[in-house]
Amino acid sequence: MELKGFQESEKYDPRVLEDIKKNVFFTKLDQLKAWSRTRSFWPLSFGLACCAIEMMGTGGSRYDFDRFGVIFRASPRHADVMIVAGTVTSKMSPVLRTLYDQMPEPKWVIAMGSCATCGGPYKEAYSVLNGVDKIVPVDVYVSGCPPTPPALLDGVDKLREKIRLEAKGERVTEG
Amino acid sequence: MSQELLDLIVNKVHTLHGKETIEEPVLNFGKPMIVLDSGNWDLATAKLLHDDEALQFDFLSCVTGVDYEEHMEVIYNFYSTILDHYVYVKIKTSREEPTVMSAEPVWKSADYMERETYDLLGIDFPGHWRLKRILLQDDWEGHPLRKDYITDKKALGLD
Repeated sequence: MELKGFQESEKYDPRVLEDIKKNVFFTKLDQLKAWSRTRSFWPLSFGLACCAIEMMGTGGSRYDFDRFGVIFRASPRHADVMIVAGTVTSKMSPVLRTLYDQMPEPKWVIAMGSCATCGGPYKEAYSVLNGVDKIVPVDVYVSGCPPTPPALLDGVDKLREKIRLEAKGERVTEG
Repeated sequence: MSQELLDLIVNKVHTLHGKETIEEPVLNFGKPMIVLDSGNWDLATAKLLHDDEALQFDFLSCVTGVDYEEHMEVIYNFYSTILDHYVYVKIKTSREEPTVMSAEPVWKSADYMERETYDLLGIDFPGHWRLKRILLQDDWEGHPLRKDYITDKKALGLD
């Protein structure tokens, strides 16, 4: 009998091997942790502009973020994902950085919409930060102005994929 | 109704200051609008709009500044809560030394709105009790909504 990960399987009791085949699977602890993390994102609701409305729409009954284990938290100390939804102004950027620093590890950032990605329509404005990746490391960029709820759901799914692959030891640079 | 109000305002301002004070009395989307030069906009005119029996503009709802490359303008939106009518007052001023008399002694709501106009367009409001920056940092250089302002986002640390 061939079992993945087992050499010299004839040394084991055949009944144990049978049980292993039926009921047990092996994984790395890192992958198990990653699996549990991807099933319960708790995002810090960081709504700053019209993207926040779409984010709320994603949380509402029609798209229902909760069914993916995504539950919005009002405190950075409860959260592990920061969804930056909207325009980050120069006055808001130190606040955003402080909140990011207050989140416990492990933590991820989703830049939602073109403002948080690159400044968007305010690229030449005197008061808007050109992309939130200037101050915090961003894992997933969601395009759109504002992105629709399905786009945000896709972004969350991309982040899930990324965490899963990184736990396997792969380096994820594009999605 | 609006045309009569416009004529009334024009008459009253002209009796106060003499003819040719108002450059352009027009109806703007059915509401009276007068265009003045900043030299003719003074405390007496403001008090006339505020106190006159037939006008009684007791509510200043909005103050805006505009930079038209050849001149600058400050626009006051007035409303009378007693008589239920509106007037828009546009005050033209030079671009080199933009100065408009403050309406803050008469309408207190002009306080923050004139500070904002000063902050973003650099229009001076003599008579304002505390004209300093309201939105931008105190050490900001220049006035960003002016047409000739060059936004250097790298220098501001935003790009």
